[in-house]
Amino acid sequence: MRLTINGKSHEVDVDPTTPLLWVIREQVGLTGTKYGCGVAQCGACTVHMNGLPVRSCSVPVSAASGAKITTIEGLASGKTLHKVQKAWIDHDVPQCGYCQSGMIMAVAALLRTNPKPSDADIDAAITNICRCGTFVQVREAIHAAAKAA
Amino acid sequence: MTAIPKFTRRSFLVSSAALGGGLALGLRLPPFGPAVVRAADGSPEITVWVAIRPDNTTLIRAVRAEMGQGTITGLAQLIAEELDCDWNKVVIEYPTPGQSVARKRAWGDFSTGGSRGVRASNEYVRKGGAAARMMLVQAAANEWKVPASECVAANSVITHKPSGRKTTYGKVAEAAARLEQPKDVPLKDPKTWKIAGKPLKRLDTAGKVNGTMMYGIDVKLPGMLNAAVKDCPVFGGKVKSFDAAQVAGMTGVKKVVQVGDSGVAVIADSWWHAKTALEQLSIVWDEGPNTKASSADIAELLKAGLDADQAFVGNQAGGDVKAALAGAAKKVEAVYSYPYQNHACMEPMNATVRWTPERCEMWGPTQNGEGAFAQVLEASGLPADKVDVHNVMLGGGFGRRGTYPNDYVTQAVLIAKQMPGTPVKMIWSREEDMAHGRYHPVMQCKLVGGLDASGNLTALHMRLSGQSILAAVRPEVVQAQKGRDPLSFQGVFESGEHSFSYTVPNLLIDHAMRNTHVPPGFWRGVNINQNAVFIECFMDELAEAAGQDALEFRRKLMAKHPRNLGVLNAVAERIGWSKPAPAGIHRGLAHLHCFDSFVAAACEISVKDGNKVRVHRIVAATDPGYAVNPAQIERQVAGSFVYGLSALFFQECTVKDGRIEQTNFHQYNSMRIAQMPKVETILMPTGGTVWGGIGEPTICVAAPAVLNAFYRATGKRIRSVPMKNHGIELV
Repeated sequence: MRLTINGKSHEVDVDPTTPLLWVIREQVGLTGTKYGCGVAQCGACTVHMNGLPVRSCSVPVSAASGAKITTIEGLASGKTLHKVQKAWIDHDVPQCGYCQSGMIMAVAALLRTNPKPSDADIDAAITNICRCGTFVQVREAIHAAAKAA
Repeated sequence: MTAIPKFTRRSFLVSSAALGGGLALGLRLPPFGPAVVRAADGSPEITVWVAIRPDNTTLIRAVRAEMGQGTITGLAQLIAEELDCDWNKVVIEYPTPGQSVARKRAWGDFSTGGSRGVRASNEYVRKGGAAARMMLVQAAANEWKVPASECVAANSVITHKPSGRKTTYGKVAEAAARLEQPKDVPLKDPKTWKIAGKPLKRLDTAGKVNGTMMYGIDVKLPGMLNAAVKDCPVFGGKVKSFDAAQVAGMTGVKKVVQVGDSGVAVIADSWWHAKTALEQLSIVWDEGPNTKASSADIAELLKAGLDADQAFVGNQAGGDVKAALAGAAKKVEAVYSYPYQNHACMEPMNATVRWTPERCEMWGPTQNGEGAFAQVLEASGLPADKVDVHNVMLGGGFGRRGTYPNDYVTQAVLIAKQMPGTPVKMIWSREEDMAHGRYHPVMQCKLVGGLDASGNLTALHMRLSGQSILAAVRPEVVQAQKGRDPLSFQGVFESGEHSFSYTVPNLLIDHAMRNTHVPPGFWRGVNINQNAVFIECFMDELAEAAGQDALEFRRKLMAKHPRNLGVLNAVAERIGWSKPAPAGIHRGLAHLHCFDSFVAAACEISVKDGNKVRVHRIVAATDPGYAVNPAQIERQVAGSFVYGLSALFFQECTVKDGRIEQTNFHQYNSMRIAQMPKVETILMPTGGTVWGGIGEPTICVAAPAVLNAFYRATGKRIRSVPMKNHGIELV
C-alpha cells in the first residue's frame, strides 16, 4: 500500500485494517503523533487527511491510501514553523506536551477553514483532552495565531 | 523576554537515553593534578550540578522528573541564578540513577512527588550553582594572580574590576574543575534574584510543538520488539493457563510469555501486531479471592467505619469533643464520600528494557528514577553496577508513575528477560491502564459540629473512614506509627506541612482505616482532594446553621492561621465577596494548608435547568513562601483545576466482580476547552524559612468552592463525588 505523508511517498506492507496511527508510528517511524485512547476520544493522534483533521487511531490505513496526510512533523514549511507552532512557543503552551501534537494539528485545521475563530468556534472545534490542563494558554495561542495570519 | 535556551532533542537523547553507551560521568582523567570528572561530551564538571563547555554553554544537571510541571526549568533557574551564567546558553543533562549510585548518590533524591521537586532540592542545587561560580571566579583570579574578591561574575563572564580584564566561564572551566569545592557557600537573598523568581519560558517547549520530543512510548532501539500485556483483571488474581499456539501464527508474533504470576504478554514486531494477537489469546485466570467485590460492598465497609470504636487520631488539638457536642446548643451532622479515580495520564504506562545476563537497562517514564532502578535491580537479578535506568519525558505523571512497587517497570523487565539481548518496548493499552491503575483511595467522612447559642463552633468531630495509601505502598511507615497513616490527614493534620487551618476548642479528627483489594496510589494532591471537600463544604454547612456568612464564620476560627487567612481574604476581595454577585451568578470559596503552601479559591458559577453547571471564574491565591517561576505557577494552578474539576464532575472508577468497570475516556471523561473557566491566579509568596509546593496544593480548593457555590445556586448540598452521579453536568 502506498501512503503520502508530509509530501513523501511510503510503501507499507500492512493489514488494511491497521489504524493509520500505528502505521505512521511503527512502519513510517514518525512518533510525533501520539496514542492516547485508541477510540477517537482524546485526539492525541490527530493528523490531517487532505487538509481535514482526523483521529488516526480510528482510521483504517486503507482509507488513507491515496490521501495527502500531514503529521506534526510535516506541519512546518522546512525550517519555518507553522503559525500555530509559533504561537505555541510564544505562549509557552505545552506542559507535559504529550497531547500537544494532536492539539496543534486540530487547531491548524480549524484555522484553515475558520481563520478568525470566536471562543464559541474554538469550544466547538477543539475537543482534545489535555490532562495537564493547558486550555488557558491553548485559547490565547489560537487567538494569537489567528491574528498572525 | 529572554530567548529560549537550547534544550535539544539531541542533548536529551545523548544524556538521558544514552542509547547503549551510558554517560562518561565518573570517568577520571589521569594523572596531572586533581582528577576532573567529565560530562558525556568531555566538558569539565565544576560541581555535580554544573559542567561548562569550552564554548561557554552551561550544562545543568537535573534528576527530578519532568512531567509537565515545569520543575526542570525551575531548578535550572535556581542553579543559573547562583551560578550567574548566561541563561540563553543553558542545556539540561540528566544523570542516571546508576551513575548517581556509583557516586554515592551525588545527586540526591530523584523522586518527584509530593510537590517536592523544587522545594526539597532548592538549597542543595542553589549551593551547587553558587559553589561553581566561586570556583570559576577563583580560577580566573588565579590566572590573573589577583584576589578573587576583586572579580565579579555575570552572564558567564568574569571581570576583574580594577583592571577591567575579562574572561569567560568556558575559558576557565578546566582550571576551575581542578579546584577544591568551597565548604562555606553563601546564597543570594531571593530579593536580588534576576533569573529565579522570574516568569521565564520553559526550557523544553521546542520539541513539544514539532513532534521531536521523545517520550517513553517513542523509544526506538536497534532490533527492538514490542509487547502488549494483560494482567489479571481482578486484583490479586493469577494466570492459570494460556495457549501460546493459538496466536503463534499471527502476523508478526514472536513469542507469548507469562509475566510474573498474574500477566501474559505477546511480543511481536510491532505493538499493533502484539495487541491484536493478545486480544485473540484466550487466557484462563485464577481470579483469586476478590471476584465478588463490588463498589456497594466497599461503600458498606467504609460506612461501618464511620461509627467504629477504633480509629487513629490525626488531630486532637484539645478539649473533649464528646462532652462538648452533647452540650452544644445546635448539632450539625453530615456524611460525605469520595470515589476511586484513575490518573489517566495521556501517555499510557510503558517501559523499554534490554536484558542480557550481563546487563539490564530500562528506558521509560518514571517519577522516581531511583525507585525504578530498585525495581529493575530486583526484577533483573543483576547487581547495581550492571543495571541502569534512563528517564525520558513523561506524558503526564500525577503520581501514577511514582507509586511503588512500580508495576509496569517490573513487568517490562520480566518480559525482556524472556528475550535475552533483544530490547522490548512494552506499552499498555488505554484499557489496560484503566484496569490497572493505582487509584485515588476511597474515603467516607462523617462530620459532626456543635454550635453554641451565639453560633460559635465549639466542637468538631471529623471521622474519616477508608483506604490508606501508605498501608499499601509504604507499610513500614504505617507500622512505625502503630498502624496510623499520617498522610490520611493531609490538610487537617495536627501539625506540619498539611496542618489544619482552624482553631476549634474541642476537636477530634480521626481515621478508621478500611483497606480493600483495589491498589491505591498517590493521585495529584493525594488526600487533600477529599479532605478539602469534607472540611470546606462542612464549614459552609456550619455557617449556614449558625446563620452566618461563610467567610465571616471561617475568619473567626482563623486568628491563629494568618497565612491561610491571607490567601482566603485575597480571593474573597478579588471575587467581590462583600458585594452581591451578578444576577444568576453564585459564589463559593475554600482554602487549605498543604504541601507547606497556603491556598484558597473563590469561584463564580451559574446553573441552568437545575443541573447544568458553568464555572465562569475561579480566583486562586497561593502563598508558597517563594515563587521560582510565576508563569509556570499560573499554569500549574489553572492546570490543577482541570484535573480537579474533571474529578469532581466526571470521574469515578467503580468495582464490579472484583475489577474496575471503566475502560476508556468514554466512561471516564475529562474536561475540554469549552468547559474551562477563567482562572485568575494571585501569587503572594511571603518568604520565611519553608518553601511550599506548587504542583498539587491548589487542586483541592476548586471542588469545595464549586460545591459550595452549587448549594447557593440550587439549595442542593452535594456530598458525594462525582457530580455526574447526581445528574449534574459541567457545561
